[in-house]
Amino acid sequence: MSRRVALFITCLTDQFYPQVGVAVTKILEHFDCVVEFPQAQTCCGQPFFNNGFHPEAKELAKKFVTDFEAYDYIVSPSGSCTAMVREQYHQLFAHDHAWEHAAETVSAKTYEFVEFLDKVLKVDLSKLTLPDSRSITYHYTCHLRGIGVKDEGVRLLRQMGNVDFKPLEKTDQCCGFGGTFAMKYPAISGAIVEDKVKCIADTQANTLVCNDAGCTMNIAGMCHREGMKTQVKHIAELIAEAMGLDTTQW
Amino acid sequence: MSTSSAPTSLPLPVIGSFDFDSASTAASHDEKLKRTLNTAVLRQDGGRKIRLAELPNSDALRTLAGQIKQHTLDNLDYYLDKLVANVEKKGGHVYFASDAAHARQIILDIASQTRVSRVIKSKSMVSEEINLAHALELAGMDVVETDLGEFIVQISHDRPSHIVGPIVHLNKAQVAKIFSDYFGTPINDDPKALTMQARDYLRDKFRKADFGMTGGNFLVAEAGVVASVENEGNQRQSVTTPRVLVSLVGIEKLIPRMADLAVMIKLLSRSATGQPITIYNNIYGGPRSPGETDGPEEFHLVLIDNGRTEILQSEEYRETLRCIRCGACLNACPIYRKIGGHAYGSVYSGPIGALITPLFQGLANYKDLPQASSLCGACYEACPVKINIPKHLVNLRRDIVNTHLNGVFERMIYRLWAWSMTSPMMYAIVVRMQKMELRRRAMYTGWVRKLPFFGSGWTQVRDMPAPARRTFHQQWRGKK
Repeated sequence: MSRRVALFITCLTDQFYPQVGVAVTKILEHFDCVVEFPQAQTCCGQPFFNNGFHPEAKELAKKFVTDFEAYDYIVSPSGSCTAMVREQYHQLFAHDHAWEHAAETVSAKTYEFVEFLDKVLKVDLSKLTLPDSRSITYHYTCHLRGIGVKDEGVRLLRQMGNVDFKPLEKTDQCCGFGGTFAMKYPAISGAIVEDKVKCIADTQANTLVCNDAGCTMNIAGMCHREGMKTQVKHIAELIAEAMGLDTTQW
Repeated sequence: MSTSSAPTSLPLPVIGSFDFDSASTAASHDEKLKRTLNTAVLRQDGGRKIRLAELPNSDALRTLAGQIKQHTLDNLDYYLDKLVANVEKKGGHVYFASDAAHARQIILDIASQTRVSRVIKSKSMVSEEINLAHALELAGMDVVETDLGEFIVQISHDRPSHIVGPIVHLNKAQVAKIFSDYFGTPINDDPKALTMQARDYLRDKFRKADFGMTGGNFLVAEAGVVASVENEGNQRQSVTTPRVLVSLVGIEKLIPRMADLAVMIKLLSRSATGQPITIYNNIYGGPRSPGETDGPEEFHLVLIDNGRTEILQSEEYRETLRCIRCGACLNACPIYRKIGGHAYGSVYSGPIGALITPLFQGLANYKDLPQASSLCGACYEACPVKINIPKHLVNLRRDIVNTHLNGVFERMIYRLWAWSMTSPMMYAIVVRMQKMELRRRAMYTGWVRKLPFFGSGWTQVRDMPAPARRTFHQQWRGKK
């Protein structure tokens, strides 16, 4: 029986990395999922929640629950937005009997993309091979911690052929993004992303896998400022490539 | 901090109008500091991970430790009564200090009544909290910090920058210079030689001391004892040699039973320094009993509130009092690793400091601390008593918004932004405008080098990618 999956594409992926959304769609379809995209979706409320605007975040959370409750699974290419839905919604809806249950149900069926591949679809990527050999390193995005995802991303990545994996020093040290934190405290955020990019440079990998749009903007932005040629990609882009799927069009 | 102040205008270690922004910016540009911190802090963090992994189920043990502390906090009055009764039964004296000034006064009174003047003081964060050493010096006493790190802080008129490693911000060469300046000896940066030099100096102080001053890691209610961990044996001197012993401990350090202490010590030493157990574990509670060969003639236990009961009353923030001051969250924190402890402008730094400093000292005075976090969650993962630090930081941000501590303009922008996200049509309009503007600024190269207003913080350090030509929403509509 095929699974009915709603894509929760997140506002940053929507605007900056739509090809990741296309890759995720095609990969899930490849694994026999019926993929739908609830077009009313906007933002899960994370920026407002994190900055202390909780009633505003709650309004967006209600919208999210309404937009997504009809589906079997909700899959997102971002760990932090997944963590928002899974780990924070219960605080927003605590003691709100009208919404508490619906929110809990939606939270329970929301997955980060890699987590979904690993835990639900239980995929094996060992038959896949990238078209050319590539040295690849991996940044562990922080909000995977919140949802209990550990090395699943690296494991899936290393299953594929032509992946010359380079371990990243301090892989689980934050990249310094933190949403509006990056703009409010540029000196601190800058020092942290500088450290991250230096560790990436030390691996001499030509590709960094980073599965969260915000972190990708931050790390890729710093690599570009430093004149580095490292490509920052979502794991879905690499899997799609190994599957021979075109992410520039449907 | 001036040392010539009169006792009445004793300066607190915490200054209300601390400028976090400039302090943290300066620190984040200090390459030497960042290098020193990186090495030391990563080593500690790595040690913690290794030692915790050795336990059969460290996660379950951390849950248990959190439950022990939470249970005690939820029933603090009961366990405090028990502790006091048991300490007094052994002949110890117990005092309750409501705030810093009260605690200093109690300790000064004990000192004057017992006519002591030569103090050997072991490392204690709560004594930093009330600026105790300074108060004792102002009263004319000879005070020596006997923990090596704290000794270096004392002779260089510095402040500790880490809960566990007070001189984590200094490298070997800097320490050598401090010793040379203080003792007037040639510079020698061999750690062993420096340690021996301090040892010789401290030995004499230990021998002559009449007043031992300590903190405490735990108070065990059923046994009426203070339990403390250390590695240098200096605290052992404080609790065994001088005639009078005073321990100053926060009321939140209570645990019910000796069996709980086993859980706590197991986690504290591993989390703090990556040791299965510290070299010395001191458990003490009263004056020397007949037949005992060492120990003080008098034992005084000063229990301090200093804002703790106020936090205790908040069901939401009570959990923050579980903290056992292991410093693991500092070592794990990407921000602490870049700015060090001094930039926090408070005794307690790092994630736990960013959380309890505003709770202790007022959110209005420290509103930067909860905001200067990427909420990465490394602290929560490291915490041996499972304090959900990121959650509480977010809740403090909520309090900032609710009490209008941030600007009216900022609140308006966020609310407008949130409102625009409530409808797909408005979302589409905002996205389209943003796209046009960013792509124009990128001059169609794919990268924006300079942004105005809020965005300037971004482009100050890194470039901003331009949005894609067509959003995923747009592309989906073209899917057959």
